[in-house]
Amino acid sequence: MPHDGHHHDHDHDDEGSELSPLALRVKALESLLVEKGYVDPAALDVMIDTYETKIGPRNGARVVARAWTDPDFAQWLKRDATEAIASLGYVGRQGEHMVALFNTPALHNMVVCTLCSCYPWPVLGLPPVWYKAMPYRSRAVIEPREVLKEFGVTLPEDKEVRVWDSTAEVRYLVIPERPEGTGSLSEDQLAALVTRDSMIGTGLAKVPA
Amino acid sequence: MNLSDSQRIPKDNDGPVFAEPWEAQAFAMAVKLNEAGIFSWSEWAETLGAELHGEPDRPYYESWLAALEKLVESKGVMSAPERIARIEAWDRAARATPHGQPIVLSRG
Repeated sequence: MPHDGHHHDHDHDDEGSELSPLALRVKALESLLVEKGYVDPAALDVMIDTYETKIGPRNGARVVARAWTDPDFAQWLKRDATEAIASLGYVGRQGEHMVALFNTPALHNMVVCTLCSCYPWPVLGLPPVWYKAMPYRSRAVIEPREVLKEFGVTLPEDKEVRVWDSTAEVRYLVIPERPEGTGSLSEDQLAALVTRDSMIGTGLAKVPA
Repeated sequence: MNLSDSQRIPKDNDGPVFAEPWEAQAFAMAVKLNEAGIFSWSEWAETLGAELHGEPDRPYYESWLAALEKLVESKGVMSAPERIARIEAWDRAARATPHGQPIVLSRG
């Protein structure tokens, strides 16, 4: 993290420290919650570290690469994504009810949360800034093709675009189409082609160089 | 199509998950309170959604924090006066702490 939230004032007359109004509000909440026994400060630190360093879209990329190489796993994903993903060890908050959406030559899937920012944390980490922002949340449903163009993705006119609105219960993972000419690649090499955006549906898997 | 800046999709370069420590702390508190059963994730999504909708231009984690403050109050975890008094206490403690030293509440 870039700095520690203390806004130091180097004015010579002021020897005190200063916390930003937002940092003060958070400190007040946290200290009261700790005192009342609702949260353990050490557990908060562990959770922050986990989300900053251990969980991210590479987990989802491994799910996609497995689905590309193992037809039985792909079937399992279609049938019960939560269980299939858990078999790779990716379990946890916001991944309790997963649904895998398979892109095909005729269908492109795209995920949004119009209400807030529901997102499959165990496989993708925390959502990118644009996913949480109003323009994406409001426009993805109304004009998905225009939004895709802003992400540099232009789909054939005859390809159906289906937009899935997340709810507080269900989380979606898009399984992008496997790029052409990747028949000889290993699962690890394939996973490297799977971008975060391709698993939200705002991008495609990379074509090997 | 001619979009104003506010309608364009902001892009990121896989930047930091949290821009400042308070964002990470606010995030973790909401998740932990949900785990402790203080509120359901549906209640959280609804409250956060209302904050985001009410002030669409406000930075995301400020809405997150506002939602958290509302829910702890409506669930009886802490009262607003109690919370505001604590904010003031932290502010006094910070100002009474020399630069570079850890800020502790007893200084207030």
